[in-house]
Amino acid sequence: MNLRYLKDVVTLELDSDKCTGCGLCTHVCGHAVFALNGGVVEIFDRDGCMECGACAMNCPAEAVAVRPGVGCAWAIFNDWFKKTGVSEHQPACGEN
Amino acid sequence: MVDENATWFKGWQQTPVGKVASISTHMRLKDKLGGCRVRWGIRRMHYTVPAGLYAVGEPGSDSPVLVTANYKLSFDLLRRELSGRSLWLLVLETFGINVWCAAGKRTFGTSELVNRIHKVELERVVSHRTIILPQLGAPGVAPHEVKKATGFRIRYGPVRAGDLPQYLDNGQKATEEIRRIRFSLWDRLVLTPVELVTAWKASLVALFLIFLLSGLGRNGFSFAGALSRGFTLGLTYLGALLMGAVVTPALLPWIPGRAFSLKGAQVGLLWALLLSLTLASNWSGASLVGLFFIAPALTAYFAMNFTGCSTFTSLSGVEKEMRIAVPVIILSIVSGGVVLLVGRIL
Repeated sequence: MNLRYLKDVVTLELDSDKCTGCGLCTHVCGHAVFALNGGVVEIFDRDGCMECGACAMNCPAEAVAVRPGVGCAWAIFNDWFKKTGVSEHQPACGEN
Repeated sequence: MVDENATWFKGWQQTPVGKVASISTHMRLKDKLGGCRVRWGIRRMHYTVPAGLYAVGEPGSDSPVLVTANYKLSFDLLRRELSGRSLWLLVLETFGINVWCAAGKRTFGTSELVNRIHKVELERVVSHRTIILPQLGAPGVAPHEVKKATGFRIRYGPVRAGDLPQYLDNGQKATEEIRRIRFSLWDRLVLTPVELVTAWKASLVALFLIFLLSGLGRNGFSFAGALSRGFTLGLTYLGALLMGAVVTPALLPWIPGRAFSLKGAQVGLLWALLLSLTLASNWSGASLVGLFFIAPALTAYFAMNFTGCSTFTSLSGVEKEMRIAVPVIILSIVSGGVVLLVGRIL
């Protein structure tokens, strides 16, 4: 996709030692951030990450960590003024 | 409870766990109008179908099970792709929120999925142990936990319902192509009405303020002045709104820069330039300075609000963008307003 957001901002972390190479993260990621390389996953396109959290949620080995959330200015405004938000520092959309 | 008068209701199908509503894959006019209505944000939070198990066609114990959210727009987009097929539809209670947003809030999530599987006794309806989830549901679901709790294995289908026929015909294998999240011109445009509606209430306040401030002059408040000056200024505002909430999203890939506010500011600058050559060509120097401070800032603000509609912005990124953009936007609007007023009164 030719649409790209800010560089070097995402909180995505991968612990290669824990990775079992199941490849589920490569499957659930909508932006092809991960790639399987020699039986282990590596971060292939870090800046493509939108921090949706699908990879961390789906990793059975807990090898991936990310602060999940929505990249939504409205949700962040609401969070700043504490109107909604699932928990601290996790703004969300819609009416709770 | 299933409403037998619902547009999608077709009849009842007997299953080992009792009768299940059978649904139509045909979109009626009322479904299409309803879809349009919620795209404009009208009673959007109440556009739901009951959670539970549904039958499409004449499914049996070996038919696939698709999982979705109970936002009726999601339900409609899914069922219209399923004509001529026989399968089960498991609708989760997401309180009228679409799959992706609900997954972010975990209402489309492991615990609701596990509970719903138990509640509809899915293990008695089908003999296999696989369920198909939309890929965008993945942020809310941990497959290993669902497997442990229910015995059902999760398979992720495509991002878009429109790619489901291909996925189902391809032996339930998702190609690289249908697993990628895209954001086409049409995808962006259908999301713009909600932006306009969201901005509507604040815009009324803004237009009223513009009207009041336009009336202020050397001799106090003048109604005629408010009308004549307020008209062009109101138009300036509405134009900035359209530039930020519709034009910037439409032209998103082609506007330089990465931050949405930066993209919007450029379009706003063009808007101010266009005005200064037309409607505002006879404005004083101070008024023009005010225009060039305010219009790009407003457009930047409305463009920044489109981040939530986009499919590629991250929380960390938008936070970073806002920490810089919000103070600049406020400062720019306030100084532009001061220049406009001072220029008029002095």
